[in-house]
Amino acid sequence: MLLLILLPLIGFLINGVVGKKLPKNVSGWIGSVVVLGAFFLSLKYFFSFLSDSASPVEERYFDWISFGNVRISFGLYADQLSSLWLLIVTGIGFLIHVYSISYMHDDENFSRFFAYLNLFIFFMLLLVLGSNILVTFIGWEGVGLCSYLLIGFWYKNDSYNDAAKKAFVMNRIGDLGLLLGMFMLLFYTGTLDYKELRALASQGGINSDLALVVSILLFVGAIGKSAQIPLYTWLPDAMAGPTPVSALIHAATMVTAGIYLLVRTAFLYDLAPLALDVVAIVGVATAIFAATIGVFQNDIKKVLAYSTVSQLGLMFMAIGAGAYVAAVFHVLTHAFFKACLFLGSGSVIHTLHGEQDIRNMGGLKKWMPVTYLTFLISSLAIAGIPPFSGFFSKDEMLAAAFSHNKGLWIVAVITSVLTAFYMFRLVFLTFFNGFRGTEEQQHHLHESPALMTVPLIILALLALIGGIMGIPEALGGSHWLKHFLAPVTGENTHSGHALTHQTELVLMAVAALAALASIVFAYVRFVKQHTLPPREGEERGIARIIYRKYYVDEIYELLFVKPVLALSVAAYELFDILLLDGMVNQMGRMTQRQGRWFRRIQTGNTGFYLIVMALAVAAVLGWIVWQVG
Amino acid sequence: MTFYIFLLLSALAVFCGLMTVTARNPIYSVIYLIGCFFAVAGHYLLLNAQFLAIVHIIVYAGAIMVLFLFTLMMMNLNREAEAHKPALARIAAVLAAGLLLLVLIAAFKKTEPFVPPIHVDGGIGLVKSLGHTLLNEYLLPFEFASILLLAAMIGAVLIAKKDSANALQPKES
Amino acid sequence: MTMFLHIFHAVPMHHYLYLSAILFCIGVFGVLLRRNAIVVFMSIELMLNAVNLLLVAFSAYHNDTSGQVFVFFIMAVAAAEVAVGLAILVTIYRNIQSIDIDALNSLRW
Repeated sequence: MLLLILLPLIGFLINGVVGKKLPKNVSGWIGSVVVLGAFFLSLKYFFSFLSDSASPVEERYFDWISFGNVRISFGLYADQLSSLWLLIVTGIGFLIHVYSISYMHDDENFSRFFAYLNLFIFFMLLLVLGSNILVTFIGWEGVGLCSYLLIGFWYKNDSYNDAAKKAFVMNRIGDLGLLLGMFMLLFYTGTLDYKELRALASQGGINSDLALVVSILLFVGAIGKSAQIPLYTWLPDAMAGPTPVSALIHAATMVTAGIYLLVRTAFLYDLAPLALDVVAIVGVATAIFAATIGVFQNDIKKVLAYSTVSQLGLMFMAIGAGAYVAAVFHVLTHAFFKACLFLGSGSVIHTLHGEQDIRNMGGLKKWMPVTYLTFLISSLAIAGIPPFSGFFSKDEMLAAAFSHNKGLWIVAVITSVLTAFYMFRLVFLTFFNGFRGTEEQQHHLHESPALMTVPLIILALLALIGGIMGIPEALGGSHWLKHFLAPVTGENTHSGHALTHQTELVLMAVAALAALASIVFAYVRFVKQHTLPPREGEERGIARIIYRKYYVDEIYELLFVKPVLALSVAAYELFDILLLDGMVNQMGRMTQRQGRWFRRIQTGNTGFYLIVMALAVAAVLGWIVWQVG
Repeated sequence: MTFYIFLLLSALAVFCGLMTVTARNPIYSVIYLIGCFFAVAGHYLLLNAQFLAIVHIIVYAGAIMVLFLFTLMMMNLNREAEAHKPALARIAAVLAAGLLLLVLIAAFKKTEPFVPPIHVDGGIGLVKSLGHTLLNEYLLPFEFASILLLAAMIGAVLIAKKDSANALQPKES
Repeated sequence: MTMFLHIFHAVPMHHYLYLSAILFCIGVFGVLLRRNAIVVFMSIELMLNAVNLLLVAFSAYHNDTSGQVFVFFIMAVAAAEVAVGLAILVTIYRNIQSIDIDALNSLRW
């Protein structure tokens, strides 16, 4: 297991230290091959867990922190849950690495990019394989760091740097919650190890109040990392980074760390139903909120970003409804189609030499058939059309919502409708009708090179057939995923009453038809009626508010950013300049003053010196005489 | 009777010393100092330090004082040209000297009573015994003294040499 | 010369001590009081003499020649010191045409 983690780290070191001297191809392939190696090792673990008698693998390396009764060791722990995450991280990671060899081909900081990507993979693997929350936290922080480095990759641009800082700071705010949760857990139970905590929970050793508080605090951390309300505004801004970064980090892996944490600590949440309700509400609210914003966005990557926020919200909602397996299922399928969507958008952007506004695109399916096809497949998947993978996972989440709380289900369905709408708005505006760009751009339109299209094809295939792992009994399948994850999540993962197969089928039909209707509506509007989104500054009314993202960023700026800045300026001027500098300068001045006073002894007058000498001799002698006497 | 000789000589020494430091004319100071030296030489004789007495006269009264006189005359300072020190300085001088005297006397008082010598022979001050000690135990300092005098000689010549800037007729070198 | 052996019975040691102290302090007084550099030097000679006297007295009363040998060396040092000191004085006089020690105060703060 150690080798699995270390491979990307080695790649990081090689690319980081000597990368600049290597030819671009070599540097890129080194970065990709180490991830491929990690992928094969992940496969080994995955296959080992396929048999029912498999048990989790744990490797402890050394005692890291020990004082009193607390012993936290640095250890790695692989079970069915982490093996799934390993596969996505290394598998999709490898595909994105290969894609980047072509995408970043013209960039002068090529090797630095791969170094950062490898570093990210390393930290993500550490996060997933940690045997206790603290090791996970190392990975947690590490991926936050790499996110910052990669978003601000083109550091010469100030606004990109701001976006990177925003992402990191918001992550940090969430991390405060995570840290508090860890502290409380450590204080009251003396351990952070997943295995021990789980055993403790099942024996009733964890107070339900403690579980409530800790689970909410951990969820706060997840809010920051997985971009839920209110800490989501960093994700759309993070699109400033190169597209492969968006695909890897902000679609498939880092943002799913929140979900991973919650499923890992599911035993805590099972003890505190109130926490699950909080999770569900936050999740579904985020889902619909982000979906509405996504409907009005005109930047191809921003639409996908809001879509990610929205889908994550749905995943949290599923967890809140008690359906851990459904959430994990959607993580997997979402990774496939979202990564494919992002890489496809990257392909489009690459061909148009940096154009990202969909109002200036159109008709691209003529020139970029492969990109179009993969994009279409992934869009169908995200919209939840059978038999694509997204249909099965989304439907399971909707079913869980329905059985938990009808209100949740309604909001979730509306979200799905909106999802289908904005995705296909994107598809139609980008690939259909005529090209709305410049003549110059039109001349250069061509399909992207193989290194970019092959990953697209692979991901699209997965998006197509990925549903196989979770076909529910209602349709005659055996839901392999549920059984696979049973040792981790427990068989009874549904709160509320289970649904009959009929209800499930009805729900599926309703969702699928609603999505289809929304696609048709989008088709009519954008293809037949050639409606275009308004130009900058021409939006009116409600559309304008939503386009401006409900002015949330401005509100945050007013409520939080400005006061903190004012406070720090005040602190600087008051404390630093006045107090500290004042103190230090005062000491210097005091020394100077004393020096000036004392040097007056040097009068230069010999007579004065002689008198002082005589007096001193008399004094010393007198003192000695007095001592002796 | 020796006691009275002692008293006389002491009074002479003290009187001459006082006049040395208070005389207006520096030439008078020199003269009084020579008188003081003779008194001290007398004391040496009283203590049977014959060699030292003679050497004292030769070196001090004969050489050092002559040097002083030469310098005085070269600077033409036999006139009463010296200003007084400020009053504060004079009071301080009196105070310092007085205090020193006080402390010294207090220190010496503590050393009483002095045990009189048991076995003394007057041959201590004779050249023979002095020469023995000097050239046996104190040979090294003796040699160093000669180096010291050499250094002083060279130093004095070098320092007092007229350099071309100060000379009345600049030398061509 | 046995006559001189009477001194040891006639004059107790401490008289020499006091005499020497008085002469020494007169010398200190002279150093602190006068402005003429030559007179200052002479006062220093007076101090040295006081010490010499005391050393000889000790040497006689303790029957130890070391005292007189030391006086010997003090005289040598005094001679050297006067030579060099007067040379410096002469140079100073050449520069500022005065031997007032209060005029030499450039080394002040």
